Amino acid sequence: MISVAGLTVQYGSATALDTVSLSVAAGEMVALIGANGAGKSTLLKALSGVVPKTRGEVQVTGRFAHVPEGRQLFADLTVEDNLRLGAFGLPQRDPSWVYEILPDLAPLAGKRAGSLSGGQQQMVALGRGIMARPNVLAIDEMSLGLSPIAVRALALALRELNAKLGIAILLVEQSARLALSLCSRGYVLETGRMVAEGRSAELTADPFVVNAYLGTLLEEPT
Amino acid sequence: MSAFFSYLLNGVSVGCGFALVASGLIIIFRVTQVVNLAQGLFAVVAGFVASSLLGGGMGHGFAELSAIAVAAATGLLTGVVAIAKRGTKPEASLIATLGVGIFGYAIEILIWGDQPRSFSGLEGAFQLGDLDLPKQYALVIAITLVVSGLLELFLERTFLGKALSACASNRYAAGLIGIGVLRMGLLAFTLGGALGGIAGVLLTPLRPISYDSDVLLFVNGFAAAILAGLRRPLLALGGGLLLGVAEAMVAGYAKASYQSSFALLLTLAILVAQAARRPALHAAES
Repeated sequence: MISVAGLTVQYGSATALDTVSLSVAAGEMVALIGANGAGKSTLLKALSGVVPKTRGEVQVTGRFAHVPEGRQLFADLTVEDNLRLGAFGLPQRDPSWVYEILPDLAPLAGKRAGSLSGGQQQMVALGRGIMARPNVLAIDEMSLGLSPIAVRALALALRELNAKLGIAILLVEQSARLALSLCSRGYVLETGRMVAEGRSAELTADPFVVNAYLGTLLEEPT
Repeated sequence: MSAFFSYLLNGVSVGCGFALVASGLIIIFRVTQVVNLAQGLFAVVAGFVASSLLGGGMGHGFAELSAIAVAAATGLLTGVVAIAKRGTKPEASLIATLGVGIFGYAIEILIWGDQPRSFSGLEGAFQLGDLDLPKQYALVIAITLVVSGLLELFLERTFLGKALSACASNRYAAGLIGIGVLRMGLLAFTLGGALGGIAGVLLTPLRPISYDSDVLLFVNGFAAAILAGLRRPLLALGGGLLLGVAEAMVAGYAKASYQSSFALLLTLAILVAQAARRPALHAAES
């Protein structure tokens, strides 16, 4: 679905991505973790074609949809309108199938998107993303600023999308714990370079990843 | 007919024209964030084209519709100049629309000269008890109401209208889901051109137009748009009517030359009031 090989992206003289490689197979859930400024969003933008590549190969087969950081909903429009617009350019714009797979959205259909809570807005963004009937969905910072309950609901929704619709998912997250518990494989990006990759079980056992992304600053309370 | 009714009628119909100009300004601003300084030009072009076509023997109806089509095409061209280059900032586009407006003067003077022109509208009047309602005034009011209603339906009920609103709401997201933001911007400019054109063909029989009539139309249209918060075209109808009637009363009971100053003062007062309220709103939010 996604195949990135030796990708370098430069903004002027600054190198945002340095010979990065990554792949997502059909139906797979893959995590891309890294701190702020590591280059995660640049990689997504290169996949969407918003940012031009300097060197390397980027191949996306099938339909690709991108749920951007910060939800980016049409705040003045209703949830239903947001969903319909997700299918812009497609003949089928009826969102009823999305209400079936993301039932939390059904009661919100007539509400203004800007009036919803952060978790609800993220769910709408997810719904709008799948309205494009993608084969692969990339989600940027899904959990940022949301309560644990909201994140849990979204994580379950992602599993449903993957299991029932077979959509491959690239989950781009600062929250490594969430991303690695949801996905079977993961990549770790630091200042534009891929520093670790492997199965989630291996990464969660890797002392480097544990220290940098999973460790706690304070001792656990006793 | 009482003087008051005559001022009121005059104000309402001229206010309808302001409302149409304002609706065009709002649509363009919402979708592209550009204040289109050439908005008055569209009305003037339509008025001139209609007067030429009618003078050349074309029948009423066809001539006005053709003039509106030319105004819409002028709108599209203005859009191409103002926003078609990728990455053009709204402030740069605003200056480009000013350039189009000034260039428009040159073209208009070249084709139609610098003397005011007009053409006859509908003759006769409806009798409302003791009062006469001239048919052209009734036509201006009726068409403005129908156009405003259709515009509202288009924006609120159709998918294309929703896509335009989506660009207004979040351009980045609109681009990401495949809505051609540039195409939508050009569509907004074309619609703005048509709306200005409708105002032009409706008002020219009431008030002769000349190449520089666009300033008055823009100032009043902008004031009406500001009254509507630059958001909903339907609100601009209220803004335009309020402004038209208030100006007609000022002209009738005070002095005609005060009426544009009144529009400018009103715009300024609303802008100051909005600017004064905004920091308070931000403080309340944080």
